[in-house]
Parts: sequence; C-alpha cells; structure tokens
Amino acid sequence: MTEDIRHFQVDVPQEDLDDLRRRVAAMRWPDRELVDDRSQGVQLATIQALADHWATHDWRRVEAKLQALPQFVTEIDGVDIHFIHVRSDDDGALPVVVTHGWPGSIIEQLKIIGPLTDPAAHGASAADAFDVVIPSLPGHGFSGKPTERGWDPIRIARAWVVLMERLGYTRYVAQGGDWGNAVTEQMALLRPKGLIGIHTNMPAAIPSEIAAALASGDTPEGLSGDEKYAWDQLDLFYKHGLAYAQEMGNRPQTLYAIEDSPIGLAAWMLDHDAASLDLITRVFEGASEGLTRDDILDNVTLYWLTRTGVSSARLYWESKLAFFAPKGVDLPAGVSAFPDEIYTAPRSWAEKAYPNLIHYNRLPTGGHFAAWEQPQALSEEVRTAFRTLR
Amino acid sequence: MAKETASDEVTIIHDTNVRPFRIDVPLEALDELRRRIQATRWPSKELVPDRSQGVQLATMQELARFWTSEYEWRRAEAKLNALPQFKTEIDGLDIHFIHVRSKHEDALPLIMTHGWPGSVIELLETVGPLTDPTAHGGAVDDAFHLVLPSVPGYGFSSEPTELGWWAGRVAKAWPELMRRLGYARYVAQGGDVGAAVTDAMGRLSPEGLIGIHTNLFVPALGGTMPTDSEQERAAAEQIAVFRATGFGYFVEQATRPQTIGYALLDSPVALAAWMLDHDTDSYYKIAGAFVDGEPSGNLTRDHILDNVTLYWLTATGASAARSYWESGQAQAKAAGQAPPPMTLPFGFTTFPGEIWRTPRSWAEKAYPNVSYFNEAERGGHFAAWEEPQLFSAEVRAAFRSLR
Repeated sequence: MTEDIRHFQVDVPQEDLDDLRRRVAAMRWPDRELVDDRSQGVQLATIQALADHWATHDWRRVEAKLQALPQFVTEIDGVDIHFIHVRSDDDGALPVVVTHGWPGSIIEQLKIIGPLTDPAAHGASAADAFDVVIPSLPGHGFSGKPTERGWDPIRIARAWVVLMERLGYTRYVAQGGDWGNAVTEQMALLRPKGLIGIHTNMPAAIPSEIAAALASGDTPEGLSGDEKYAWDQLDLFYKHGLAYAQEMGNRPQTLYAIEDSPIGLAAWMLDHDAASLDLITRVFEGASEGLTRDDILDNVTLYWLTRTGVSSARLYWESKLAFFAPKGVDLPAGVSAFPDEIYTAPRSWAEKAYPNLIHYNRLPTGGHFAAWEQPQALSEEVRTAFRTLR
Repeated sequence: MAKETASDEVTIIHDTNVRPFRIDVPLEALDELRRRIQATRWPSKELVPDRSQGVQLATMQELARFWTSEYEWRRAEAKLNALPQFKTEIDGLDIHFIHVRSKHEDALPLIMTHGWPGSVIELLETVGPLTDPTAHGGAVDDAFHLVLPSVPGYGFSSEPTELGWWAGRVAKAWPELMRRLGYARYVAQGGDVGAAVTDAMGRLSPEGLIGIHTNLFVPALGGTMPTDSEQERAAAEQIAVFRATGFGYFVEQATRPQTIGYALLDSPVALAAWMLDHDTDSYYKIAGAFVDGEPSGNLTRDHILDNVTLYWLTATGASAARSYWESGQAQAKAAGQAPPPMTLPFGFTTFPGEIWRTPRSWAEKAYPNVSYFNEAERGGHFAAWEEPQLFSAEVRAAFRSLR
C-alpha cells in the first residue's frame, strides 16, 4: 500500500465523446407521458430538450475547468480517492472537506471553491478563508470503484479522516449534503483528532415520532408552521419520490439502463426530488435559474464518461443507516435549511438532532444542490457556521 | 414497427369489427436490435456472489451473447402466427388477442390474462392442453375455448393515450371482448397483473362470467392479512421480505414509469435486466437457464427471449410500466376502502415458488365462495409458462365444478 499523493489530470479519449454523441442521436424514444406534470416521471419534452443540448455540449470546456484546479489521487483502504485540493493564499485558512452526494459529483462544488478559498475576492472577509478539499466518493466520478463490499458512509468517513491526515491537516471542519451529509456526520461520530465541527445542508434530523407517522401515513397533530411545511415535503417524498432510492438500495446491479443508455442515465439522475426536477425542467424550458443547462449536462456527462452509474448506485445498497434519522452528533454542528430541499429541517428538529447546534438558518431560496445552485448563499452559510470555531 | 400490421382483407374498419392480425417485424428492426445489444456498455461486476445486488453480470452477458448469436425471433413470430390472432377496438383501444376455439363444441370459454413482465408469450404452451385436452392427458370434458388478450400498453395491443387504464378498466373491456366473440357463459383466469384484472372482473360480476381462478393472491397486495397460523405468518413474512428487498422495480413503475421508460426503450440489455429482476425464484431459474444451461421446465432461454424481444419490438417498456402507475392511482383513490365483495366462485392455486405461499385460510377470508384451492407441486410466479401441463391441470380442476 502506498500513501503517495499523485497528480491527476482528466483526459477523456475522443472516441468516448463520439460514442456518447452517437448514442444520444440514436435514442429510441417512448411516447409522451399521459399527464401534464411530472407525476409520471421526467417529461418527454424536458429530456428531448436535454438531448438537443447534449448534441452541442462541450465536454472539453468542463475538462479545462477541472484541469485548472489542482487534482490528485491517493489510495486509501484499497481504493483510489480522487480529490480537488485548493489551498487558500491566507495562512490562517481553516481546512474544510466538502463531500458531494448522489446524483452529484465534484461538479456540484466547483462554484464554491473561489468564495471559500478567496473570500476577499468574493465580497467577504479574508478572515473567513478556507483550504478546500473536495473528494469524489468511492464509485463516483474519478475515484476508484470498490471491488469488495463494505464501502458505506462509515467506511468513507474513515477514509476522509485518513485523507485529511495525509494532507497534513490537524484541525479542520467538514461539510456536506445528501450522502455528503451522511459521510460528514459519520466523521463527527468517529471523533477523529482534528475534526472540530461540521456543517450540513441536508441534516438527518427527522424526530422518531415523525418517522413513525411517515411510515403509517397519518399526519401528526400539533406541528408548528415550519414543522408542517417539512412534514408536507416529506409526505410527498415518501409517497411519490422514493422509488429511485429503493431500487438502488434493493437492486443497483439491475440498472444496466444507466450504464448503456445516456438518456436513460440522464432521466434517472434528473428524477431525484420534486423541487430539483421542477427547477431542471424550467431550465430546459429556457428559464434562468441557479443551474444552467451546461451545469446539468456537465454532471450527467461526468457520470457517463466515468461509467459510474451502477457503482455509485451501490452506495444505497451498502448503507444500512436510516437516511434522515438523527445519529447523535455532538460535535459543534451548523445547519442550513434550504426551502426546496427534500425537507426543510425546522430549527426545533435541528436542535434535537444536534445538541451542539452552533448555527441554524432558513434560507429564502435554494434546494437540494445548494452549493451548485446557490453557491454564494451556501458559501456564506459555511463561513458563518464555522466562524466561532476558528 | 409491427404493431399496426393487419391483414389486407380488412378494408372497412368498424368499431366492433374483429380483424385478423399477423405479426411481421421488419428485418431492419431485428438488425437494429442486434446492433444495440452488441454495442452494450457494461457496468462493473456486482460485489456479491448472489442476486442480492440485482441481475448478475454473468447472467446478462450470457443472455446478450445468446440473444445476438443463437436466438431467432422469426421462430417466435411463426409460433404466434400459427395461432388465430385478432384485433378489435374496445373503449378506444385496439386490443390484440389470440383466440383458439376447441374442436369440442361444448368447451367452456376461458379468458386468460398475462401479467408483468409477461405477455401472451407466457401462456402459449397452455393453448394445446387447454383447447385440446385429449391430446394432452386430459378428458374431453376439460376442453376450453381460449381467449388470450394482450393488456393495453403490452405487446400488440395499443398503448393508452389517456389516463385511467388500470386493472379495473381492463376488467370492463374483457367482458365486452367475450360478448363480441359470442360467449354468453365463460370463466376467467390470471396471474400477476392478470390476477388483478381477473379479480376485478370477478368483483364486477358481468353477465356471463361464472367463476374465476387466479395464481397470484391479489388481496394480500392491497391490505394486511391475518397472521394467526404458522402458514399465515410464513406468507406474511415472505411478503414483508419482498417489500423490503425486492420492491424497487414495483415502486419505480408505480410512481415514475416515464423515468425508467427511457432506458427500457433505448437499451435492450437494460430492458432484459429490468424484466429478469422480478422475484427471487424466477430470477434464479432464468439465470440457471442462461448460465448453467439448465432451464426450469419450459422457462428456456428461447422462451425468455421471446418475451423480452416482444417487449423490445413493440417498444412497450414504458407503457407497460405505466400500468403500475395507474394501479397506484386507483389504490390511492380507493384510500383503504375495501373493494366490492365478490360472490362468484373463486379458485386459487398456490405455486411453491411464487413470491408468497398463499394459505387456504387467506383465500377463505378474502373470498366468501372458494370453489377450489390447491397447492401445486412445482412452479413459481410464471406458472403457466414454466409448468404448462401442471398449470393446465389446475385450471381444469378449478373450473370442473362450474361446467
């Protein structure tokens, strides 16, 4: 085993790009859905607009953007871990490891690198600077694909601790949403020397009585306004939006679909949660939002080219953790609640889930892909959350 | 596409006409299929030695090899075209069906409905035993006139273009079909989605229908069944395991059929894997047929691929998935209310490999008039397909008292 940290460059063979374009052009389309909304899944018009845009999407532009950043690979616990590592020019910068989720990747985090490493250039104080480490989850993006069982968020958390040690960081914080939150919370539970606090934009904070009510389908009484808002979001998600997670949790290998069909992969990735699908649908209808058509295709194309549809789905199979249940994190924790997240955690739930809550804020806009969609707001949240820990 | 290939002799299309139908898939569609299979981009191998992560890579790669190098669609096409096939428009949709009259005039008319991921293909080997029992170890008195329709959105039936085609609506179309064929007294049978259709027919109790038989116990999907006896607890546990570990495809189709539909139309291997991953018993039997060359009964490599290829050529992956969405909507609308009671004679056969082994007590609890109940020796979810002789014997026995 080697502890070397190797430089990494993305260089996709042209034939892979040609093959992708050929496959998109050869798509055999189903008939249109029978509804005028997204209740049967990703709409034909949306995915056809995506296919049109894919025909002219420029992967080399993404590649150049990635090449401009310092990227590395290092082997941890038998798997090559790819990561972006940008040190701030500020010597007092606080190191932070930022973890993406599914169907995300390092592409989600690119826009916050500037604001976090060089806050002075982005309207914030130099005192809020971070050294930023953005790893690719095992089985995702340019990290290696595990060839043995067991790579759940707990094992990934252990790997991240090793990564931060290997980079020489003795005092750092961690941030994430989606699976990135699960990994971040497990790091907090490991209590490694050096980790002094976490920030999450998708907290696991559903009280047990709410979880029980979701299972039974009976709306609980006595909820506050914020709690009722979260309940309604969760009720919708549990009734209509959980299928992809259940399939990936049950049978990730059966999804040959997302390895062989680029449009199949794109549809599967777009159909994550109702609010983000709404947003992406608007984007492909031409609306100006926090995400662009290129943003969305940068990420889907990364999954396609790295052939990580199935290997990333396996994380759902590996994890035995209740996704939204409080895990007993007692390190200092900051929570940012975005209104269009799968659920917007109310302060009352966050306080119970994180006894050492150092920051809580409800944002006016933003959803599941906060760093990607609202990079300024998410950056400001991270700065504020960790200010007291510096 | 072959969907609209009808016989030349039909010039006037009238609403209630029954038109002969033949399948004739263009060669280019078969070439295109082979090209796509050969161009499959494979994922890495699963990390387990069993099916717990889904359809295994070795199974799929052997299936793909066989599909492109040995399999012949024209054989399936000839087998289908050797049977009398028709189309007729009911409730705005062209319904495709096979209609084989027994040479025994007193035969009992039987409408038998396939499920998902099935089609008329899964019922073909029962045509002989059911319509011509004397040639298949049965008695003249066991003969049926057999009607095998394709459910709307499946196979050569047309795809619904409006909402509402759940099992209950299909159950209204089938009596019209039987009426149109001149059958005034008939029985109905089904498994899987076909069981849901047949159950709904029974509850509607249309004029002419005198009894039903199913081989998937529909009431257990909609509500909680008693767990008083050892058998009941065992069945409930099988259902719980299925819901916890094997329900992904079901929930995806019931909530997001369009999303998975794209890949099912675009990738033959994606379609095949999605269809193979139905239940544990049938998966291992099918995987055994491909990997070990040891089919279970009639579940041979050719027969499996006849069915997958039918879905591919008719491009019905998304529309078939949508039928689960419709059932989900209907269930949500019913909001836990009990379905209308059924008083018609009800027959049931438990096949040992089915997702759960329905005990007789459940049948008696859910249906007041159980006229037949049996546990078969062999067979699983695709009982008619896998064990056509044994299955046919069950159908004969179930309806014997109603003749």
